[in-house]
Amino acid sequence: MQMVRPTTWPAALDAIAAEPGLLPISGGTDVMVDVNFDRERPTGLLDLTRVPELADWSRDGDLLRVGANVTYARIIDELAALLPGLAMASRTVGSPQIRNRGTVGGNLGSASPAGDAHPPLLAGLAEVEVESVRGSRRIPIDEFFVGVKRSDLAPDELIAAFHAPVAPGPQQFAKIGTRNAMVIAVASFAIELDGAAHRVGTGIGSAAATPRRAADAETFLAGEITERAAWDSPTPLPDAVVQRFGELVAAAASPIDDVRGTAAYRRRALSVLARRTLGWCWADLDGRQCA
Amino acid sequence: MRVKLRINGEDRVADDVWPGESLLYVLRERLGLPGAKNACEQGECGSCTVYLDSLPVCSCLVAAGQAEDRDVVTVEGLAAGDALDPVQQAFVDAGAVQCGFCTPGLIVSVHDLLERDPAPSDADVREALAGNLCRCTGYEMILGAVRLAAERRVGG
Repeated sequence: MQMVRPTTWPAALDAIAAEPGLLPISGGTDVMVDVNFDRERPTGLLDLTRVPELADWSRDGDLLRVGANVTYARIIDELAALLPGLAMASRTVGSPQIRNRGTVGGNLGSASPAGDAHPPLLAGLAEVEVESVRGSRRIPIDEFFVGVKRSDLAPDELIAAFHAPVAPGPQQFAKIGTRNAMVIAVASFAIELDGAAHRVGTGIGSAAATPRRAADAETFLAGEITERAAWDSPTPLPDAVVQRFGELVAAAASPIDDVRGTAAYRRRALSVLARRTLGWCWADLDGRQCA
Repeated sequence: MRVKLRINGEDRVADDVWPGESLLYVLRERLGLPGAKNACEQGECGSCTVYLDSLPVCSCLVAAGQAEDRDVVTVEGLAAGDALDPVQQAFVDAGAVQCGFCTPGLIVSVHDLLERDPAPSDADVREALAGNLCRCTGYEMILGAVRLAAERRVGG
């Protein structure tokens, strides 16, 4: 086993092209667990922490580009106003020590169905920027995850950044776990209301082989809000609409029974999380109109 | 591989480091710094907490080679000679130590918390220490030590 430590992005792309068996490592909060427990023995580690191109985020109008090495701690400190849903999810990741090291780029690379960053990225229609010596491409987030811990990333590609619009309206995130801190999600849910585009965004975590959107729930709720002309004057949503939204979110999941919870519990939890986060978003939307 | 890094203000070199080896292993087994403790090796328990470039991290999850040319401060680096850091002294005085295994990691986490927030609320203390597990004390004596350290630091 070797360690390759490029100090530029082109050198990192050359390294992974020359040896696609290298395992990229940044914060190490997933990779080192597998190495410590002999679950992973790659031909080498590709340390990306010295690549300055990955370290920062930038804003161009209403679009953000967030480098793969930006940690959860920095998302919370620097991006909470621009990406509140992702910042909420980041606050639920691990512990302070883990948030100081773990990155959204790494979360995407691991592509776990339970990754905390994934639901808000799905709700916010993020894109993943990946690159290899062959070129760069942007993958819509709902096409990025292809299986349990598998993504659309080719063996010679590295994750450079994710792109996401500045929150166009209220965003919320909620997660069920066995306790409040240091916990992997049993189920998680993110929602976004885009008042200008009349769009609802959703993301489901830990309740299918991949993180995924609840497309039918999005269409249903956006239609109900539009029908009531409630985007600009958010009157209370009827209970039946909120209830139906929760049912459609639960129906979009394909959960399994595992050590963390049963499929039935996950569906039930998702419908509750969906109703609850919609209520919070609705209060936010109402607050903005009143302000 | 050889790893050069700065630890507690001193330039140190570790040789024969396996590339998958953790910073924790290098500190304890190669450089004679056993303060950071090895327990879970998966970032759950916080007993291996050290500062890496001024941020508290689980040293079990840092590959040693990633720490090349970086600045590491371990619990051994907090005391000034024989004078304990106020956080260390508060843990002694408040009786916040039972078996002591979690103590070094907690000391580093509390040290960082009080640097950032000299007068934290109890909720903020609990949040800041969420990544440090103690199976002896039930945490009440530890919270007492944090309050004591905060008072003494402010009282200066």
